[in-house]
Amino acid sequence: MSVSLVLVALMAIFYSVGVYLLLERSMTRVLLGFMLVGNATNLLILVIAGRSGTPPFYGDAPASEMSDPLPQAFVLTSIVITFGVSAFLMALIYRSWRLANADVVQDDVEDVEIGRRRVSVTSESSAEAEDTEFGTRAAAAVSTALDLEEAERLEEEQAQREARDREALDRELRAEDGHATELQEEEKL
Amino acid sequence: MLATLLLFAVVALVANPLVARFGTRMFPVLALVPLAALIVTIVQSPAVLAGDAHLESFTWIPQLGFEITVRLDTLSWLLALIVTGVGSLVLFYCTFYFGRDEEGVGRFAATLLAFAGCMYGLVIADNVYLLYAFWEGTTVFSYLLIGHYIGRRASRTAALQALIVTTAGGLVMLVGLVMLSVTVGTTSLSELIALAPVEPLVTTAILLILVGAISKSAIFPFHFWLPSAMAAPTPVSAYLHAAAMVQAGIYLVARLAPGFADTPGWREALVTLGLLTMLLGAWRALKQNDLKLLLAYGTVSQLGFLITVAGYGTRNAALAAVALLLAHALYKAALFLIVGIIDHRAGTRDLRKLSGLGREAPFLATTATVAAASMAGIPFTLGFVAKESVLAALVADAADGQLLGWVAVVGIALGSVFTVAYSARFLWGAFARKTEVEQVRPVHESLGFMFSPALLAAAGIIAAPLAAPIGTALEGYSAQFATTGTDIHLALWHGFDIAFAISAGTILGGLALYWARVPVSAVQTRLSTNVNANELYLETMRGIDRVASRITATTQRGSLPFYLGVTLLVFVGTVGTTLILNTTWPSEWRLWDSPAQLAIAVVMGIAAIALAGANKRFQAALLLGATGYGMAAQFAFHGDPDLALTQVLVESVTLIAFVLVLRRLPARLGQVHESRNRLLRAVIGIGVGLVMAVGSIVALGARTAAPISLELPQLAYEQGHGFNTVNVILVDIRGWDTLGELSVLIAAATGVASLVFLRSRTDNLPRPPKEVRRRTLRARLKPLPERPHEESRPDDASTRSAWLLAGFKLAPENRSILLEVVVRLMFHAIIVVSLFILFSGHNAPGGGFAGGLVAGLALAARYLAGGRYELGAAAPLDAGRLLGVGLLLAAGTAVVPLFFGMAPLESTFFEAELPILGHVEFITSTIFDVGVYLVVVGMVLDVLRSLGAEVDRQQEDESDEIAEGSLV
Repeated sequence: MSVSLVLVALMAIFYSVGVYLLLERSMTRVLLGFMLVGNATNLLILVIAGRSGTPPFYGDAPASEMSDPLPQAFVLTSIVITFGVSAFLMALIYRSWRLANADVVQDDVEDVEIGRRRVSVTSESSAEAEDTEFGTRAAAAVSTALDLEEAERLEEEQAQREARDREALDRELRAEDGHATELQEEEKL
Repeated sequence: MLATLLLFAVVALVANPLVARFGTRMFPVLALVPLAALIVTIVQSPAVLAGDAHLESFTWIPQLGFEITVRLDTLSWLLALIVTGVGSLVLFYCTFYFGRDEEGVGRFAATLLAFAGCMYGLVIADNVYLLYAFWEGTTVFSYLLIGHYIGRRASRTAALQALIVTTAGGLVMLVGLVMLSVTVGTTSLSELIALAPVEPLVTTAILLILVGAISKSAIFPFHFWLPSAMAAPTPVSAYLHAAAMVQAGIYLVARLAPGFADTPGWREALVTLGLLTMLLGAWRALKQNDLKLLLAYGTVSQLGFLITVAGYGTRNAALAAVALLLAHALYKAALFLIVGIIDHRAGTRDLRKLSGLGREAPFLATTATVAAASMAGIPFTLGFVAKESVLAALVADAADGQLLGWVAVVGIALGSVFTVAYSARFLWGAFARKTEVEQVRPVHESLGFMFSPALLAAAGIIAAPLAAPIGTALEGYSAQFATTGTDIHLALWHGFDIAFAISAGTILGGLALYWARVPVSAVQTRLSTNVNANELYLETMRGIDRVASRITATTQRGSLPFYLGVTLLVFVGTVGTTLILNTTWPSEWRLWDSPAQLAIAVVMGIAAIALAGANKRFQAALLLGATGYGMAAQFAFHGDPDLALTQVLVESVTLIAFVLVLRRLPARLGQVHESRNRLLRAVIGIGVGLVMAVGSIVALGARTAAPISLELPQLAYEQGHGFNTVNVILVDIRGWDTLGELSVLIAAATGVASLVFLRSRTDNLPRPPKEVRRRTLRARLKPLPERPHEESRPDDASTRSAWLLAGFKLAPENRSILLEVVVRLMFHAIIVVSLFILFSGHNAPGGGFAGGLVAGLALAARYLAGGRYELGAAAPLDAGRLLGVGLLLAAGTAVVPLFFGMAPLESTFFEAELPILGHVEFITSTIFDVGVYLVVVGMVLDVLRSLGAEVDRQQEDESDEIAEGSLV
């Protein structure tokens, strides 16, 4: 199969510009990039389809002189689907503009939060095991036997206390973060 | 044996409700299951002992070599006896152990029985993957059993720790098993051991498998999970942590040893780690105050002992190892059960709180003494017999000049001294009278409760005189090893030889350590360090959490450009590397197919590059249009008229939709947020472009076979009755693709509508009332009567005649009479053209897609000329309904042939001579194309009514609000 270099070069330009735009934060530019990449991909299929030829109508020419019909069917499908997805992106842009007055791909707030939060390890620390499973419930418990229900209750309280502490620490960190952001903004001004 | 396994599974499934309903008295019934397995195993004894391995097989996935194969040879037979025998005794013991109000006892019973089944399966499995499945089964069930007291943190942590450590080892082992079975070419354990090839890959595989074995058997450095696992109920400890699960690793080592003991590193690793574990465990056992922990560390120590001997891999050591395995299971299970009874009775296991129990419970104390004697290796117990044979085997080897033999003998002797000491300390701690501690209160001893430990302990004594026949039976296993000339046999009494001298020495040394327990304890306290494998484990887990959190924070930044950039960089890196290494290139190169191709390409390229720097939205729209229409020209010159037609139409509709959206956005692009990393983005973009370019050339160069499409035109004509090959491919040959595409279009259309319409997406286009629609054009063309109170000028647009139905609804300044007239005159003609394109598409350029787009453009023209009222008037059908009917027609063409016994989407051709029309042809795939047409029209209509009409309405609402607001 032979290659038409003009089409290859054009495809490379389309892909380059398309990707450059796709990496933008402006949603409209992302849309432009998407459409360019769509066209570039159609060109790619065209390139791989091989040389040009007569239109693939039966009887007009021998099959070996026709342009390959199968990639054409794929490209046709792709053209229409690209339109559908572009329309969807346009609606997305419109909605984003209407709701947030922004034409920008926002960072995911939750993800950013994960990155900012200081690492708090939640794996359970080891606990001292009791020396009994029956304690005061045993048939003839010794006077020094443990009251397991009491122990379990204490453990529960301890866990709740720790959870509260963690929450308080979290709030504090968040407040600190907020303060830092404010300071930055003030500096900017 | 397979039936027995099934019995375990079935009863385990129903055990929970049974025990929950009938209480702990169901335990003896459940104990019948392992008892049945025990009987099955005993029945097979004569055959097994005659050296005749019993094999049962069931083919499951032959392609993966996964067969459910079980095999009973001497080693499996011994382990099966232990696992099922101890299993049924422990289940029986549970009847008395748990109170009536015990929480989750049903779950416990089911899990324990399932565990016993897995353990039974593990020791008889012959397929390596089956072995692995049971192996992990025991891990999961042990997790549930250790975590039985879900309310206690110690219990949960210990369960998780055991799970993580043993699963990690298990996964390493799986890698080893896969490597081994793939290298050797069989998944049968017995065949693997029989073949046992010597090559580096096999060595690696075996060492990986050993990691699994030592993690399961709590060998250093994985020993720490076993003492933590003592948070489990004591029956679990007796079964899992003495007789069953922890012996699985020993079993695996013993199983592989006949074939692989000479693998480089095997002996050294196992003996070193085993001895280290034996000493470490024994040292720790000696300082415990909790009787159960004392036993746990003792078990760690004994497991180290066992793995040393089992891994030693000579004929005599092998026999000693299996004897020791049996002895250990008997005495250790008994001792754990005894600790359970002590706890059940006194409410503590702390030896500092117990005093005088021996006098109050003489039967219990006697049983414990017998079991502990076997543990310490006191003469005339099974423990003694086993230890004697171990020492005899190792001493003989050491005498032959084996360094490892000497190390093992010294290590084991030293470990045994400690074993004797902690055994004595156990008995003293549990039963002795301590003057400074309050005496325990008297309670009647329950015979049923005592039954299991008493039987196990007694077995350890009764088996000792039977050492010779037991030894003969077990030699079926050790006979797999090469003989060294002097075979040692099990015997109750070997005479006063070196082994006995060592034994006697260890007993005396151990007793001395026990008598000196106060100074020894002081030394131990002084020597205690903070280095602790458990702490290390916890620190590792925290470290993993921290690293995971850091990695998440670094990689998951929530920034879409970042993710996309990384993905594309990886793409450029990997595909680019492959391309650099590529050697096939196309044979033929051309600059262009025709000069026109070049000319158009230059224009398109300039437009695309300009697009990268476009700052205004409408500028961008125009440049994009230039690239799009250029595409159409390229298609045309390539010989693809269908593509060119569709591309022109789609580009037009896209431009209209784009402009409709853009009018609500600010004119400049990206004013607010200045984009960063311009250079980096350009580099990534150019990288992707180059990779794709080279990639396409290479892909083309790789096309050497004759393309399938040489056949297609002929096929399309003869089967699909159409001259236009592309159209026949779409509606017939590859109709499924098109059907899928229609679904995508419908999803996209629905998405557009749901994004723009805030409340519901039902059709709410304003439609003119009936009488307006019925008015003739002539009536509409009449000038409106002048409004009495308004001064009207002749050129006032509001009084103009209305060429379009909705002409009156438009704001006068928005009307263009020229547009209205042209649209009015053209609309119906365009619709007819669209239908022509639809139906002629089978034989000429066109088809459903192109036709639908033309009709959509006609609708767009009506909307642009007359606004949303006009769109409502022009499209009397709801967009959703058009989409639905279209898909129904297309899907119907796919389904209906099924009822006539044809393949889905198969087309049928009709032709007839009609009186007036002449020769008429019809093929059912045309119906499919009509479906395509309707879906495309529906799609365009949805875009128009969403991005056009609804956006207009929302804008009007907003300006109304602003107007009202300004009044206030």
